[in-house]
Amino acid sequence: MIPRPKPERFRLRRTMMFMNAQKPGLIKDAYIYGVDSIMLDLEDAVAENQKDAARFSLYHALKTIDYGDTEVIVRINGLDTPHWKEDVRVCVAGGADGIRIAKCESAQDVKDVEAAIEMAEEEFGVEKGRTLIMAALESPKGIMNAYEICAASDRMFGVAISGGDLRKCLQTSPQPDGVDMLVARGQMILAARAAGIQCFDTVFTNLDDMEGFEAEVRQNKAMGFDGKSLINPKQIRLVHEIFAPTEKEIIQAEKIVNAVRENAAKGLGVFTVDGKMIDIAFLPGAERTLRLAKACGMYKGDLV
Amino acid sequence: MDIKNVAMAGTLESSDVQVTVEPGDNGIELTLTSSVMNQYGRQIKATILETLERLGVSSARVTVVDKGALECTLKARVECAVFRSCGQSAENIPWGGVIR
Repeated sequence: MIPRPKPERFRLRRTMMFMNAQKPGLIKDAYIYGVDSIMLDLEDAVAENQKDAARFSLYHALKTIDYGDTEVIVRINGLDTPHWKEDVRVCVAGGADGIRIAKCESAQDVKDVEAAIEMAEEEFGVEKGRTLIMAALESPKGIMNAYEICAASDRMFGVAISGGDLRKCLQTSPQPDGVDMLVARGQMILAARAAGIQCFDTVFTNLDDMEGFEAEVRQNKAMGFDGKSLINPKQIRLVHEIFAPTEKEIIQAEKIVNAVRENAAKGLGVFTVDGKMIDIAFLPGAERTLRLAKACGMYKGDLV
Repeated sequence: MDIKNVAMAGTLESSDVQVTVEPGDNGIELTLTSSVMNQYGRQIKATILETLERLGVSSARVTVVDKGALECTLKARVECAVFRSCGQSAENIPWGGVIR
């Protein structure tokens, strides 16, 4: 039995890779890829008549396999199916770090799952509040209700946009410049930031188009996403490279944090660093860069 | 648990194992084939029998075709086949109780 440490609500999640919970060959060594989070899937990847078998498999994988620092999230079946309550029971009993709600459309969806988690935590003697929640927004209604979903529970650590279903509803298809989902992505990011949780972009499904993938990941970072959902290990490295701060950004951030602290002691609110105007408003961004750099192993200092 | 109906769980993919249980009246009659029989046959057999005993199955015909599954997969497939045979695999599974 592998006891997993208590999940951290806010941790590095640049990459979240989907894996079919029903396929033993996939889930037995998923930790070797160096992905930040794996998402074991009980939903679309598992055929309707194998939902029961996937849970037995999942339970023993969670209890037996040492995933180390890799976060283990389980995507449960939709709330309109007969499967999701048993999915929640097995996740909590097995000690999954978090549950991903598919096709989330309202704060009530989050509260329903939270109530089921609480019951399961009690049933299986798991610390109350241990199991985290994230929600996938896959419909226009989910995007319109993004803020109430993001703010629905203290267990919520993030939201992910899911392009497949959403593009169908929006009557569009993937565009090289991302214009197809620009508004939806933007609205979800705003909601996540307003609620103080993380946000993740959808999967890129054409594994042969690495150029298109790179362009999308760069846009994700520029828009402010925390990370991206993946379908294949070969997508991991590029995302980690693009999401890592540059050496220059780290040095700049270090200077800003030091300067803000020193000048605050002197009673100065606004000043220049390397010729650029800096005030207290720059501090959170600089600290975030340093935390990310630390998590990527690129910063060893003690400012954060 | 009493094996009432024929039930199967698992696939013949690599790292998986396919388990079939049928009603029997002569204790556990196990037929095992495995791609790693020479290396792990005895351990696989022991795990199957332990799992059946834990589930309280005392009489059944059990056919196992192993494709190099880990022990955790083997347990999961045996348990699922038995629960399916009793029509109890869909909900209220005793996770952490008899399933462990």
